[in-house]
Amino acid sequence: MSALKLSYFAWVRERIGRPGETLTPPDDVKNIGELIEWLSRRGEEYAYAFENAKVIRAAIDRQHVKHDAPIAGAREIAFFPPMTGG
Amino acid sequence: MDAQIKVAIQNEDFDVAREIESLTRGRGDVGALVTFTGLCRDEAGTLEALELEHYPGMAEDEILRVAQQAAARWPLLGATAIHRYGKVLPGENIVLVIATSPHRRAAFEAAEYIMDYLKTRAPFWKKEHRRDGSVGEWVEAKDADDSAAERWEQA
Repeated sequence: MSALKLSYFAWVRERIGRPGETLTPPDDVKNIGELIEWLSRRGEEYAYAFENAKVIRAAIDRQHVKHDAPIAGAREIAFFPPMTGG
Repeated sequence: MDAQIKVAIQNEDFDVAREIESLTRGRGDVGALVTFTGLCRDEAGTLEALELEHYPGMAEDEILRVAQQAAARWPLLGATAIHRYGKVLPGENIVLVIATSPHRRAAFEAAEYIMDYLKTRAPFWKKEHRRDGSVGEWVEAKDADDSAAERWEQA
């Protein structure tokens, strides 16, 4: 897997402690759900951000996706809470 | 019908009258214009400000998609959606939606559709700053907002 640009917003960003980073997940991380599991094992700040994984929203290259979406070919993946604009 | 669509994500306030004029000036086919303005509430005097975070790029893309879907569903002549980010004080504007059409029903429904989907799809998050000096909580998403958007899928 090539390097992925990850972006975090709102309380996901605050809990992880940074707005984003570039990481290279292992090849067996195939979809968003697996990426969340892999990130959660990186440290307690990630575990805290993703503790309730089902509420976490994700976007691949700025389009909303579900947790079963494959990440192959993605350039940028964002994680954030449910949106509260408007 | 080719709708005139404008989407803007900006820190500064918007001018409702100017936005209306840009959808109506020099044309005689607009029979109905609906505007919705969302403002920052003071939450019974406890709120100092709202801080609006957004995902640059995706926020514009999502709102544009919603406006285009509205224009495909109703005979719109124009649709404008402006959303602010950064710090907004009670009484200030947060969001503006305008829909124009030859007839009122399309304008009313399209404006509501755009707002409903904007709330559930546009990547914005509100954080509360409280009057007592505490930095408050992130505003929680409401299930009612999801239901409001979903009803358009059944209609």
